[in-house]
Amino acid sequence: MPDGLPTEIDLTRPSAARVYDYFLGGAHNFEIDRQLAEQIASMTPNLAATMRSGREFLRRAVRVLLDAGIDQFLDIGSGIPTVGNVHEVAQGVNPKARVVYVDIDPVAVAHSRELLAGNELTGVIHADLREPERILAETRQLGLIDFSRPMGILLAGVVHFIPDADGPEAILATLRAAAAPGSFLVVSHSTFEDQPQEMLDAQRLSARTATEITLRSRAQVTGFFGDWTVLEPGVVHMPLWRPDSPSEVDEHPERFGAFGGVARYDQPAG
Amino acid sequence: MAAVPDSAGVDAGRDPAGVDAGRDPAGVVAGRADAQGYAADWARAVRRLGFVPLSVAETERLLLAHTIRLAQAVRAEPFTAHPAEEIGRALVEAHLTEPQALEWTLHALGATFGRRVLCDGERPADLAERIAAVQGGLAAGFARALRDRTFSQQERIARSAWQARDEVEQALRESEERFRAVFTGAAIGIGIAGVDGRIIDVNQAFADMLGYSIEELREINVAALFHADDAAGMWELYQELIEGKHDAARVEKRYHRKDGTVVWTDLAVSLIRHDGRPRFTVAMIEDITERYELQQRLRFQALHDPLTGLPNRTLFFETLGRVLDTADAGQRVGVCFLDLDGFKAINDSLGHDLGDRLLVMIGRRLAACVADHGHLVARMGGDEFVILVDGGDDTDDPVAVAEAALAAVAAPVHVGEHQLAVSASVGIVQCPASETTASELMKAADTTLYWAKAAGRGRWAVYDPERGARDIARSALVAGLPAALERGEFVLHYQPIVSLLEGTMLAVEALVRWEHPELGLIGPDRFIGLAEETGLIVRLGEWVLRQACEDAERWWREFPDARLVVSVNLAARQADEPAIVDTVADALQTSGLPAELLQLELTESAVMGSAGEPLRSLHRLAALGVRLAVDDFGTGYSNLAYLRRLPIHCLKLAGPFVEGIRADGTDVAADHRDERIVDALVRLAHALELWVTAEAVETGVQAERLRALRCDTGQGRYFGAPASADVITARLRGGALA
Ligand SMILES: C[S@@+](CC[C@H](N)C(=O)[O-])C[C@H]1O[C@@H](n2cnc3c(N)ncnc32)[C@H](O)[C@@H]1O
Repeated sequence: MPDGLPTEIDLTRPSAARVYDYFLGGAHNFEIDRQLAEQIASMTPNLAATMRSGREFLRRAVRVLLDAGIDQFLDIGSGIPTVGNVHEVAQGVNPKARVVYVDIDPVAVAHSRELLAGNELTGVIHADLREPERILAETRQLGLIDFSRPMGILLAGVVHFIPDADGPEAILATLRAAAAPGSFLVVSHSTFEDQPQEMLDAQRLSARTATEITLRSRAQVTGFFGDWTVLEPGVVHMPLWRPDSPSEVDEHPERFGAFGGVARYDQPAG
Repeated sequence: MAAVPDSAGVDAGRDPAGVDAGRDPAGVVAGRADAQGYAADWARAVRRLGFVPLSVAETERLLLAHTIRLAQAVRAEPFTAHPAEEIGRALVEAHLTEPQALEWTLHALGATFGRRVLCDGERPADLAERIAAVQGGLAAGFARALRDRTFSQQERIARSAWQARDEVEQALRESEERFRAVFTGAAIGIGIAGVDGRIIDVNQAFADMLGYSIEELREINVAALFHADDAAGMWELYQELIEGKHDAARVEKRYHRKDGTVVWTDLAVSLIRHDGRPRFTVAMIEDITERYELQQRLRFQALHDPLTGLPNRTLFFETLGRVLDTADAGQRVGVCFLDLDGFKAINDSLGHDLGDRLLVMIGRRLAACVADHGHLVARMGGDEFVILVDGGDDTDDPVAVAEAALAAVAAPVHVGEHQLAVSASVGIVQCPASETTASELMKAADTTLYWAKAAGRGRWAVYDPERGARDIARSALVAGLPAALERGEFVLHYQPIVSLLEGTMLAVEALVRWEHPELGLIGPDRFIGLAEETGLIVRLGEWVLRQACEDAERWWREFPDARLVVSVNLAARQADEPAIVDTVADALQTSGLPAELLQLELTESAVMGSAGEPLRSLHRLAALGVRLAVDDFGTGYSNLAYLRRLPIHCLKLAGPFVEGIRADGTDVAADHRDERIVDALVRLAHALELWVTAEAVETGVQAERLRALRCDTGQGRYFGAPASADVITARLRGGALA
């Protein structure tokens, strides 16, 4: 059991991963998770939509990466693979694509293992994003991802769980530093920008019940990409990031309260 | 983006939903145009109402296939709602499970499906019934599938949760097992006790070390393991620990095993807190008995003399220090410092082996003779032993101890074939403990031992503070001499040497004085001996010589007719220096004094030199033209035969002969004898063509007698006490005037 990870499983407490699953229509959750989900939903009616929108953003982003030829993915904060999982999306396009899932939630990890048993091209790691070196080391050990080739690092809806005190910039920098040129970084992150006050209040309230979330500005989120090249259309409200069709875009894309963006590591000139 | 719907989007072969539309191409063609629009609306609705893990195009393609299949089902003969059930199930499998989306689907089936998707000619007569049956079938299939999926997901998440919990528990169990294995199997003893001292658990090693069984120890309270002979403060330390004032403590502790034997341990105790409150103590003990005993042995070795087994000087000083530190007010402390007489000779003649055996015997005897009183006997090194007499009562008289020790030493010693008679000298010091320090005490003992030796062998001496103080002052003077010379603290006084015949001052003897900054003017008797011992006499003597030459040169220049000779003492050590001739020559040259106005006085022993034959330099000194006088003539062993052959000019008769010539005649016979000796000496000198100067002439009568005995010159208080150069100058001036 790695240090820093939970040493006991308390099923009487809700888990972010299972609440998220519930919002996506899954049944991988318990009463306690559903209660919390309903509570959150009643306070922030947009939240369910936000989560769906986040999942859709992830799907679109993975597709873009696949189109760019990426065939190996490191998905950190992967959650419970309810529907539209990265490996489903990826292997649907490229059956040889490899995916390593990482999550801090032991139940999510156990579930992923069970679900992925028999899928040789996927792996699951129980680890904390706050220990990027350990994540990288264990990923290397799995042998699924070739670090000398481009890969996709996916941090969807997880960096906002890292408070400033834990140094998210440094964590991101460590992860970026491990990637070969041509790699992509996908980030979606909750924000306070463009949010009505009631929404922020509600968010603060929900923070009390669920895992604490740190809302960040567009500039901060952009900063997570470091010197990598941010792809068009930049760091934007999630629905605005390369929608399937213009009609898909919500009238108020900002209402989901989260930015999404994708960047590529271009070989330094010279 | 990947999936842009193409015109052949519902091409049966590529239908992602796997609906076999090819069986009825007519219907497909017929329904296609309308079906497309219906499916697009359907897709939009489900994407709006719930989460769909597909792209827009994928969703549309999927729902178009379902639309077509539903249309086929409605038209099929015989009619069955079965395909609708499958579509309901397929919707769930595609994760289109949002209740509102189902509501939209069923509603649209009833409201617009027939109109939009079926061409006019295709509508069966019982369309409404069939639509209702399709709605029912789809709902049933959907519900069944959703129930199945929910069950399986619930089951899976529960399984995952249990598995995760199992893994964590397994890990905990394993780590517990590991710790238990460490606990039980550790070679180090581990014990856990509550803060009330009750022992909760110990491992086998702990039990073994203390010689109890684990069960027996579980009955015991920690307090029972403490003993009166534990190091001071150990119990208090434990109390403070369980009060939470410390988190850990480490001590060397002795435990009494069940069988009464003792085990020495290195004990480390740590406090375990719960929510900040002290709950347990964990003790870890390591058996260090062997190490401890080795340490003790090493300590014994470090503190004892390997030859005699007696305490060594380190232990002696440790003990003395402790006695002095802890002595009661007024308690006296004594030491007897004993040194064998002539041990070096024994060692040299009989060999070190016998010498060592002698020391062992002596050590044993000394230890035995004071054993009753419990005095400490230590060997300080070589043949030096010391007895510490630290008790306050009368039997602890250090003199009695010293006498007992001397008697013990004096009994004949048989070493090998030899029977040796050995003696020793003892220096005794005793004083109130509060008034001394270890080093002072031992310094005094050392001094006293030296006195005892100097007084003759086989005896003791008791420290005399006054004598000690003198000795100390003396050594302080010795220490101060070089600096005094540097700082010019020496001055010369001159004592006239006067013609007994004419009464004129013919010469002056230069006598050195020390103007000590604290002690005032010090006479040569107090420091010349020291200067000779330390060798400083060579430098001091040279200074005297040069200074005297300068003064004499001045007198010669000012009073050339007086031809005043300056007489300077040359110490034996100085005269022995090879450079002495050069030094004298240089002093003459530098000052400009004619050589014949310088007289050098040497004692008889200096003349004879250290080699037992007359000094080689004498002839060379004489060759410079200086006069040579033998000082204190008659006190040493004078070889008259040599005198004859040496370039000596003058004899100075020693004071005692002159003293013997007294006027009061209390001892007429003795006077007479001295007078006859002086007479003989003067005759002898004159026979050798030497001048004779009588020293210590105190009275006119003495002067008269000496003149009668034809002594040439006299010196002494009667002719003038030693005085500064200025006084001599004044006298010369007066004499010149006179
Ligand atoms: C909102 S879900 C995101 C799931 C998925 N990435 C997506 O975007 O659809 C967040 C997941 O991050 C995980 N998570 C939260 N903090 C984490 C951390 N410090 N390290 C790793 N995973 C973490 C949670 O357990 C949860 O499963």
